[in-house]
Amino acid sequence: MNMVSQHRIRRRMAATTPLLLALLLLGFVLAISLTGDRALARMAAETLIRVTLVVGFWIFVGNSGVVSFGHAAFACLGAYVSAWTTLKPAMKATLLPGLPDLLANAEWSVLPAAVAGGLLAAVVALLTGAAILRLSGIAASIATFAFLAMVNTIWANWTGVTGGTSSVVGLARYVSPWVALGWAVVTLLVAALYGASASGLALRATREDEVAASASGIDRYRHRLLSYTLSAFFCGVGGALMGHFIGVINPDGFYLGLTFLMLAMLVVGGIGSLSGAVVGVLALSIAVEALVRMEKGVTLGATTFALPPGSQEIIIAVAMILVLIFRPAGLMAGREIMLPARWVAGRHSTKN
Amino acid sequence: MSLQLFFDALALGGIYAIAALGIALIFGVMKLVNFAHGQFIACAVFALILPSTDAMAVLGLGRLPALVLVPVMLAFGAGLALLAEALVFRPMRNASPVALMVGSFALGVALQNLLLVLYGGRPKAVSLWAELGHPVQVGPAEVPLLQLIVIAAVLAILLGLAVMLRRTRIGLEMRAAAEDFAMARMLGVRANRVISGAFALSGGLAAVVALVLVAQTGVADVRMGGQIMLVAFIATVVGGMGSLSGAVAAGLGIGAVSALLQAGLPAEARPFRDAFLYGGVILVLLFRPQGLFASAGSKPRV
Repeated sequence: MNMVSQHRIRRRMAATTPLLLALLLLGFVLAISLTGDRALARMAAETLIRVTLVVGFWIFVGNSGVVSFGHAAFACLGAYVSAWTTLKPAMKATLLPGLPDLLANAEWSVLPAAVAGGLLAAVVALLTGAAILRLSGIAASIATFAFLAMVNTIWANWTGVTGGTSSVVGLARYVSPWVALGWAVVTLLVAALYGASASGLALRATREDEVAASASGIDRYRHRLLSYTLSAFFCGVGGALMGHFIGVINPDGFYLGLTFLMLAMLVVGGIGSLSGAVVGVLALSIAVEALVRMEKGVTLGATTFALPPGSQEIIIAVAMILVLIFRPAGLMAGREIMLPARWVAGRHSTKN
Repeated sequence: MSLQLFFDALALGGIYAIAALGIALIFGVMKLVNFAHGQFIACAVFALILPSTDAMAVLGLGRLPALVLVPVMLAFGAGLALLAEALVFRPMRNASPVALMVGSFALGVALQNLLLVLYGGRPKAVSLWAELGHPVQVGPAEVPLLQLIVIAAVLAILLGLAVMLRRTRIGLEMRAAAEDFAMARMLGVRANRVISGAFALSGGLAAVVALVLVAQTGVADVRMGGQIMLVAFIATVVGGMGSLSGAVAAGLGIGAVSALLQAGLPAEARPFRDAFLYGGVILVLLFRPQGLFASAGSKPRV
């Protein structure tokens, strides 16, 4: 009796999901770097940063089913921590005169700065989540929105430390498609590990039926807080990457626009699965790129045709509403991309 | 507390209460947290002026005399909300509250960018009812006439709504639907009628908020509904989701705390007023996660 149990097969299939998704992203970067087009390479890097942000976002929203509007604030924290620790001290003395000495003299390299950004975001998530996640689903969503507005108000007015509404410039632009790919793959692996863990499973049980899960002795609050903290870490890192990709940061770059884009990607791809998050990012990034080019103007024969500026957001929002009406579970409808059972079952079980 | 501060708190709290009612009415009948409400307010503001991207606004509808303008604006707000319900929320009638909320957020983004395309992104100066800014002597305090009108209008609206909800058939149906929607339908309440009614009322209230905002600030800005919508959300959460009187009380309370903070905080901390406010609300919720006025049935029993 050397059969591989159904359960083992299913665990092995689930383990192929992050690997296949990582291969998909690798293929995406390879295909684009083969074209040698610099604009496309920038688009690839930006897309992979969004994968880090949205998969980080998914760790909480996908598993708990609670929509958060606050994750753009974690990206904001990450970006500013990275700016505080990597900018040249002389530059900080003029741009950000209010920084404490420890930060004002810091000149870290970029990797510890990104990790520090993620860690600060995680600590803030732990503290605020301890209050916010006591609320039931919808009320918690509203409280995360209040948290986003709170961070934005503080960042726009704390001029000595954050530069206020004027931009912080001069961040080292080190984020190539390959750097972004590295972080995206790390995020994918951690997200898949968390999803397969006991806590991830318990959290998804509360997503499906809050009352039944509590009745089975699941501590909803603890698992939500854990995933919220973990998810904030990767959104913080994603924010740091975004700052170093553009080179310029200001508080409004991490406000409703980013919140909307992250949410749209998750909804279009499908909140219910990790593959949905990745597919949503790829689909909407390509759509955004196409629309931005159309706003600049497309020449067809003798006539130039251009969409009015701002129509990009309208089209994406309308697409999101249409997805919600006609395909509420998103493109992936909660399914994962994984290898079929017979490929992972091993030679013993194929006889069944 | 000085009399001046009392009027400030009452006027601000009144506007917050009206906005919170606009959110709570729709939440009550269809469990939708309407993230497009702020954009309903912004659309009503921009309906006053003619589409152009210039910095100086040219009044369009806003040139009508007040007696005509107010009903026209109420109708505009109601119509916009009804249109949104028919196009977006009716096809999503059976969706989960989370999906509805995300859909309304997308609708809000679409409306905001529509305004950006039509009117440009810069704030515009609008002079509507400028003569209402004159101060009036009330006892020892000097109060702008507008503030008195706002307080009177808020009281009239709250009274009118209370009478409507208690004495009319549609009001009774709305309260029944808010209590238990499925049961109410089985007893002969028409879902479409009640939901449309709630949207129309909510849109009308958004138009009221828009008129007051323009008259107070003299500015039309694409983003102007956002802050007040957030306060309205917070008021509905603090008041206990689904409780109309709770939303009104919490709206008044938040307005009062906000006015007190504005007067009491040292000048250098004043820009952070809203951050203190939101932080305070999160603290309140730490001790009363169900809100201050939660109905007994709002928490599932385990």
